[in-house]
Amino acid sequence: MSPAAPDQTFETIADIISETANVDRAKITPEAHVINDLGIDSLDFLDIVFEIDKRFGIKVPVEAWTEQVNSGKAPAEQFFVMGPLAERIEELVAAKQS
Amino acid sequence: MRLEYFEMIDRVTSWEEARLTADAHVPEASPVFEGHFPGFPLMPGVLMVETMAQACGWLMLARSGFTRMALLAKVGEAKLRGMVKPGAALTVTAELVHDGSGYAVLKGTLAEGDTRVAEAELTLRTMAFPSPELEAGVRARAAAIGLAA
Repeated sequence: MSPAAPDQTFETIADIISETANVDRAKITPEAHVINDLGIDSLDFLDIVFEIDKRFGIKVPVEAWTEQVNSGKAPAEQFFVMGPLAERIEELVAAKQS
Repeated sequence: MRLEYFEMIDRVTSWEEARLTADAHVPEASPVFEGHFPGFPLMPGVLMVETMAQACGWLMLARSGFTRMALLAKVGEAKLRGMVKPGAALTVTAELVHDGSGYAVLKGTLAEGDTRVAEAELTLRTMAFPSPELEAGVRARAAAIGLAA
């Protein structure tokens, strides 16, 4: 797929979360933490990642992200807050296209 | 099949990158049939789903070279199309839909002869084996059903 504008990537992910986990779309802001603020549990998160993988044609490296957080190498906010999450997805899409 | 022991797959007949096929023979007798149902024994639908899930799990195990366990996380779009009676010879297939990070989505089907009796989309979590005992047990079971481990 062609590179998406940052806002478009955020909107797409927000739509996926809203539809998949039945979350009020208005709550899904760039500052929202997908677990703490949106109440996404691990199974809903799997469904969301599956939809993101399909929609963007990528493989979101959830295991690597989790390992980085658990080992203290990266803050959870880098991957699990909506704004930074959209940036990570854009990076993955760009890396796939390069 | 040994229903009471959740050994649903008798023999893996083929597997490749994204597809596995196996045989599963429903026993003529089992304590399960005493309750499901008295006077009209049928294989429970949940065990039909379990059979498809195990075929999907074996595919993911084989793909990982038996280094990662697969556990059922979600049953989606399940259809139990026909009744399965004691003695039925079933063919189970697992097809990989998507191999994600720490999870996989697969399509399972169950057929008796040319008749499809069940299908489901199944999501499995995949992870490192949580214990060496489980890994050893899984590898031994894989060898017993003809899946090289």
